[in-house]
Amino acid sequence: MARYALAFDIEKCTGCYSCVLACKDEYAGNDHLPLSAAQPYSEHNWLTIKEVEQGQGTKIKVDYVPMTCQHCENPLCATVAPEGAVYTRADGIVIIDPDKSKGCKEIVEACPYRVVSWNEEAQLAQKCTMCAHMLDNGETTTRCAECCPTGALIFGDLDDPNSEISKFMTEKGDRVEAYKPELGARPVVRYLGLPKVFIAGEVVCADTPAECPGGVKVRIAALDGSMSAETTTDFLGDFEFKNLECNQQYRVTAELQGYAPVELVVRANASKNIGELVLTK
Amino acid sequence: MSTQEQVFTSMTNGGPISVYVKDGKIVRVRPLQIEENDYKPWVIEADGKTYSPPKAVRVAPPVQAERNRTDSYNRILYPLKRVDFDPNGERNPENRGKSGYERISWDEAITIVSNEMQRLIVNYGGASISGMTSSHHNWGIVGYKMGPFSRFMNMLHYTPVFDNPDSWEGWHWGATHTYGYYWRLGMPEQFDLLEDALKNTEMIVLWSNDPDSTRGTYSGQESAIWRVWVKEKGIKTVFIDPFYNYTNAAMDGTWLPPRPGSDTALAMAIAYTWIVEETYDKEYVEARTVGFDEFRDYILGKGEDGLAKTPAWAAEKSGIAERKIVSLAREWASKRTSLSCGSRGGEGGACRTADGMDWARMMVLLQAMQGLGKPGISIWGMTMGAPSDSDKWFPAYAEPQGMMGKANIAQRKLSNENKTKQRLFRLTLPEAIMRGEEEFYGEGFCGQSLEQQFTKQTYPIEAPVRMFYRYGGSFFGTMVDTSKWVKMYQCPNLEMVVAQDCWWSGETKFADIILPACTGLERNDIGEWAACGGYTTNAHIGNNYRVIARQQKCVEPAGESKSDYEIFTLLADRLGKKELFTEGNTEDDWAKLFFESSDIAKDVSWEEFNKKGYHVVPVPDNYKPTPSMRWFVEGRPCDTPDTGNPKRGTEKAHELGTYSGKIEFSSVSLRENTPDDPERPVIPHYRESWEGYGSEPHKRFPLQLISPHPRFSFHTHYDNHCTWINEIPLHRVEKNGYRWWPVRINPEDARERNLQTGDIVELYNDRGSVLCITQVTERVPAGTIHSYASSAKYDPVVPGKADSPDKAGCVNILTPSKMMGRMVPGMTPNSCVCEIRKWEA
Repeated sequence: MARYALAFDIEKCTGCYSCVLACKDEYAGNDHLPLSAAQPYSEHNWLTIKEVEQGQGTKIKVDYVPMTCQHCENPLCATVAPEGAVYTRADGIVIIDPDKSKGCKEIVEACPYRVVSWNEEAQLAQKCTMCAHMLDNGETTTRCAECCPTGALIFGDLDDPNSEISKFMTEKGDRVEAYKPELGARPVVRYLGLPKVFIAGEVVCADTPAECPGGVKVRIAALDGSMSAETTTDFLGDFEFKNLECNQQYRVTAELQGYAPVELVVRANASKNIGELVLTK
Repeated sequence: MSTQEQVFTSMTNGGPISVYVKDGKIVRVRPLQIEENDYKPWVIEADGKTYSPPKAVRVAPPVQAERNRTDSYNRILYPLKRVDFDPNGERNPENRGKSGYERISWDEAITIVSNEMQRLIVNYGGASISGMTSSHHNWGIVGYKMGPFSRFMNMLHYTPVFDNPDSWEGWHWGATHTYGYYWRLGMPEQFDLLEDALKNTEMIVLWSNDPDSTRGTYSGQESAIWRVWVKEKGIKTVFIDPFYNYTNAAMDGTWLPPRPGSDTALAMAIAYTWIVEETYDKEYVEARTVGFDEFRDYILGKGEDGLAKTPAWAAEKSGIAERKIVSLAREWASKRTSLSCGSRGGEGGACRTADGMDWARMMVLLQAMQGLGKPGISIWGMTMGAPSDSDKWFPAYAEPQGMMGKANIAQRKLSNENKTKQRLFRLTLPEAIMRGEEEFYGEGFCGQSLEQQFTKQTYPIEAPVRMFYRYGGSFFGTMVDTSKWVKMYQCPNLEMVVAQDCWWSGETKFADIILPACTGLERNDIGEWAACGGYTTNAHIGNNYRVIARQQKCVEPAGESKSDYEIFTLLADRLGKKELFTEGNTEDDWAKLFFESSDIAKDVSWEEFNKKGYHVVPVPDNYKPTPSMRWFVEGRPCDTPDTGNPKRGTEKAHELGTYSGKIEFSSVSLRENTPDDPERPVIPHYRESWEGYGSEPHKRFPLQLISPHPRFSFHTHYDNHCTWINEIPLHRVEKNGYRWWPVRINPEDARERNLQTGDIVELYNDRGSVLCITQVTERVPAGTIHSYASSAKYDPVVPGKADSPDKAGCVNILTPSKMMGRMVPGMTPNSCVCEIRKWEA
């Protein structure tokens, strides 16, 4: 038996919205009973994209985080639903039965990921079915994965080592993570490159203000000693440290032979452009 | 999936699709479901790695909403007449845009329109009728505007309106005078540049370019995977754009935001650095270019202005630090750098500024200083240049053999038989109509010769225009200073206005008679993906696969809508010209004639193609890449499939399309034709913009507005026609039940005006007022605001009142009418200043 999953590679996602629109196309106004009843034509999305902008000035990053039903192994939504109204198929897909769940709005509230919508007219809690009706019909992909132009949205069978998703999980290893695993729902959906805090800046040499110092060594160290790293500035004197711990304090040091080192302590309570580190002789 | 479903094939402006229909309704639209065996992916090898596209077609995002667009809440379903329009009595032109409509029958509608045409033709001649189309609301060569519309209107000897090259103005009016390519309207050839970049390029400078949003115009998202490859390969990307654009975000590239309109200064400072540090390609400049000395003197301050174009000077103009300019110039010169400009190579907002033609010339000249055409050194938009079979010919919409009024398959080439010499120009059309006279230069798209740009046109020369026939789309959102279009429509000089379209758009409700057209999914047609032909021959190199589709009628036309061909046939019939217009052909007859005229008919029969619905043209096994302009560098005859190049195949085939055959730092064509034009000097100049940073208007309106091409819609198509597109939160934003158009503003500017994300604001200047919803973001620097052009909707607070604030977001109401020059008629929407205030307390 297959064990289906979705993964989102945020490093590749361009925020093009193709997946969101394809999902609308498949479900808006279309019944796929007994797996799903028609989604309202407007203002409902079972797949959404969150735009995350970080940083300041010219040192910014914009990421797109797709969000949908996480098809949890411990679906908290099921705990509030009538018997059999929310069930997990043998292939791992979590389904809200449109017949048995009718009227149960608590399902919407129980989802810690806030990805279940309430269809007021039909009195139904509705969400992503991982295109189960298509899979049952012999298709090998979901509508969202089918149209992703960069391979950022990956669908497949975790039990098949040759599936796209298995290859992705193997290749990316530890970098693949669940979204908010601390909520305890054991989500099946996986993410790569969830936005993390970064510190960026640039180095300037006071005596040569008309050129950017490339190749300057810049170090970062957490004040609590939990991490340290080193990089060099690029040809524009820019540097950045990615994947930092939020709200940790860091010491950033720039060093170039013949100049006094410059040091700055930064609290990474959000991504920060720390501006210019000016080296003087 | 239900067995009752039928699957049809079709083509859109963003790619090929499969359309699933049940009980006469579309239930889903997917990217064309091509059989696995029909895919034969090409392979590029670079640095020991192989690159090959997936077996799939990647359509443009809005195409995913094609079902939603066909079933749109905004379809025009019946012929309509403005309630206070009486062709035999009071016409009340001043009420256009204000009055409502009443449903009439097709018979009445055709009677009114054909009677009016007859009256005007008899009394004033066909020239008293004019009309204009938008581009690409539907795909398919039989139904396209250059087909039936052109065939019908030219049959009446109407007055054509020249399009301005609105997406690539500066390249058209400027770059052509540095390196030719006028037959591509100033955009350079792009053949095999993907392979060249993967193999040879070390850095890519994207200058005013957001390929992830503009997508090579019609190639959907085919090139998105190329940019993933470039990113993964570690090729450094630098983005010069006042907006931190979507490609910049996707590629995590370095961002250098210049003030709008300062790009030319920035480019000149880069040239300055290369000259003084002697890091330009002297051999190339010596052998392949002319006029460098004059240019060098100007840059170094030895020209008439005595001003050295130093990085420190450019830093003042652009707001980018001197050291960044110097270091960028050094890195650029030390690496094999590709300059990435615009959609296909040659678009982007910087070319639509007051000095857009100088900027575009500088782009060419910068690359000329580094050896344009050498391995890895290109002007490459990042959206074209895949391996492809360009030998197999299939008609494209903008080439004569793809037009039913010009192709050899027609017995009478009616589009060529128009006796009227009278012409109008889109940018000055409102003035021409309202004043009754107008002079302008050029012939719109000047793709036949450089000299076309210098011809002077006078209107009227035959008959003032009394009837305006508008077809598809809305210019309120795409042209400049667009409230003048409102005034034009309300002017009594227009005795009748007809609108023919599938959807309600901003301009539609300014017509007296509205004729409902059906969409491309509601009629038969035939079309190749992305194939525009004409000024971009072999545009299929923007796709990973060459796909030709039989566009099958999937569902019955909505309401009483009819195909454009059928509408023109009905009119032609009343005018006694049905046989002349149709030659007895149905739309399907034309489709078959076009197909039979193509090379594809040798590989697959019409019957087979018709049944299967598509044909994929494979890349030949022995494919040999011919990188763009490599032939020029190596002094060989042009070997690329740039079939529009008039020197190709002649004894001058190793030359460029300039007068000298070389790249011209000092333009020979300008020297010979307009030597004293201060607005377009023979070498590119930097001049302060009349509406740029520090200008007089800027002192009153301190925010510079840029309005690039939109990301989630195409021209005015899909916006306001698709609920699902409207609901994309980055496209429109809902507040109090209305979907507002976003304006992006820096936190500093927002703070100063007490604005927060979600506030409804008024953007205003002396030309007008537009309401938008605020998005506070670091993606624009302080002093610059960003709001996309191309709102399809026009919804003034007081209906039909030209200076009333537009709630729908047509920010081009704010942009200037002033063109690049008297003899340089390019529009300049990105030279625009305005101010913002809160609309509601």
